[in-house]
Amino acid sequence: MATAVDAPMATKTRGKILIVDDELVVRDSLGKWFASEGYIARPAGGAREALELIQQLEFDIALIDIKMPGMDGMELQARLHEADPELTVVIMTGYASVETAVQALKHGAYDYITKPVDPDELSHLVANALEHKRARREVERLRENLQEVFPSTELIGKSPAMKKATELIEMVAPTEAIVLITGETGTGKEVVARAIHAAGPRRYMPMVTIHCGGFTETLLESELFGHEKGAFTGAQYRKKGKFEIADGGSVFLDEIGDISLKTQTDLLRVLEEKEIVRVGGDQPIKVDFRCIAATNKNLEALVKEGAFRADLYCRLSVFCIDLPPLRERRDDIPLLVDHFLNKFCMATSRAMPQLSAEALEVLMHHEWPGNVRELENAVERALVVGRGPEIRPADFSFQFRADEPKGGQTLDEVERAHIERILRETQHNLSRAARVLGIDRTTLYNKLRRYGLR
Amino acid sequence: MKPIHLIPLGAPSRPGAEPGLDLLESLAAALARTFRTPCQIRPETFDLSFALDPGRQQYHSTAIIQRLERAMYPDARVLGVTASDLYVPVLAFVFGEAQLDGNCAVVSTARLKEEFYGMPPRQDLLRKRLLKEAAHELGHTFGLRHCPDWRCLMASSHAVERLDVKGAEFCRACRKPIFENGYW
Repeated sequence: MATAVDAPMATKTRGKILIVDDELVVRDSLGKWFASEGYIARPAGGAREALELIQQLEFDIALIDIKMPGMDGMELQARLHEADPELTVVIMTGYASVETAVQALKHGAYDYITKPVDPDELSHLVANALEHKRARREVERLRENLQEVFPSTELIGKSPAMKKATELIEMVAPTEAIVLITGETGTGKEVVARAIHAAGPRRYMPMVTIHCGGFTETLLESELFGHEKGAFTGAQYRKKGKFEIADGGSVFLDEIGDISLKTQTDLLRVLEEKEIVRVGGDQPIKVDFRCIAATNKNLEALVKEGAFRADLYCRLSVFCIDLPPLRERRDDIPLLVDHFLNKFCMATSRAMPQLSAEALEVLMHHEWPGNVRELENAVERALVVGRGPEIRPADFSFQFRADEPKGGQTLDEVERAHIERILRETQHNLSRAARVLGIDRTTLYNKLRRYGLR
Repeated sequence: MKPIHLIPLGAPSRPGAEPGLDLLESLAAALARTFRTPCQIRPETFDLSFALDPGRQQYHSTAIIQRLERAMYPDARVLGVTASDLYVPVLAFVFGEAQLDGNCAVVSTARLKEEFYGMPPRQDLLRKRLLKEAAHELGHTFGLRHCPDWRCLMASSHAVERLDVKGAEFCRACRKPIFENGYW
């Protein structure tokens, strides 16, 4: 054992340990012991000091004495857990008893040790606790990765436009460059982002997606940068933002054209400094990620209007991939239909039906304002509606009809007409109609009653 | 170049607290080879009675080091050797303790003996263990922390099994600070 001086909170260490004990001699000797073992230890003489420290610094493990004046170890454990749910707590007791052990473990402690501590046991316990924590983080990361990466990264299409897009993806994926993907809604921007991530050097780390358009300014900031406990009403816990979660991976910022000027400023800072400050916090945190952004808006036009920061646009548009709308690559429609038929039939263990020549003709001539997403939905709907070995033109109904009159009808009229059509197509099978409409049977019943269709 | 001084630590009221002279002599010779510097055994025995915890029947190693530092010559690296069991307050025992980048260290042979674990005595094994533990603690006085290389003398070892499994030499990285001090 070495009598070591207290080291500063460095980033490269075996682990960071908080020692909470009201006895100075215990704090001192444990602190020195941990320092000699290559850990960074910070002592706290009581609960209040420990709670202050946990707000300022991140620890891996907290060693807490169970008996302390004022707030005892059990209560402190609960408070520390509120402040940092990822903290591993080990309880120290002066005497071993089954009751104490059970109580500590029931309160969520990782383990407990009896003073005086066997150094070999302590060494194993701390190493195991850290390993357990690392494994838990790894599981979370893999789970995130599975959720994010598992969806298909396969790009379907042999048209010149898609070939060009594929070439660009192959070119940029192995680099660390920021990529901006543009294209109409439903053209497959997220699939491209996944393909870039999956072929890049960060593929074994998570790709975290955020649809920027779906949040208010404050919520988006909290999602992106995380927040400290008490940063705003309802912020009961410290929460990591997407940039922190993506640590080492990629962040996909979808609908980047929809973010406010204030968030644009913060985002620019993150991209330039690779550093974030959690909402309600004041400590900068280093983040390591690759940025992939996407929009269906014309960012250049937004820059001219003053709705998008020119400097952020310059930063994002280092490498642009523009995805063509489906109507400009109609040659890919048969391939895409085949891919979706295969996908849905595999998922439902159903024999793959043939697409009739007439049905293909209809699909080839549709305008596809909703692009590939609309085609995917149309194929899924056709599989639900048509039960035979062949898919006929009648099995398709399109979400968007470019040739339909746009004015003159109320929303209720459009809804009623659409429900009527689906009912006809499903021979008034209400379960199938509800599935096609994407609502449950009760909602469908209510709508039928409302429109007098029963 | 500082020589190493070995100080026998004993307690007048406890005859067995002091290590045997033959053990100290073999340790002195081995440390002189390891650190390539003179190593001598001091004639006087240092009384460690003040550091006894009557409840634990162990001696507080940190207190011994502090007292050794005040009592000994600053131009020598001092290693106290005792046959008594050592402790620091929160730990059940320690094999030894040292001042990081300092001058003093202390080791105990109590838990290095096979007899402690109910086995027959083995003098050769005790010598090996004592050399490893003594060199390890002296390594700390050169500013060395624990080494991740399990073969290195500076690898952390809190059980005799770990002490036995590690080598009796410093790894290349740990040798460097000692080399810079002019020992190699």
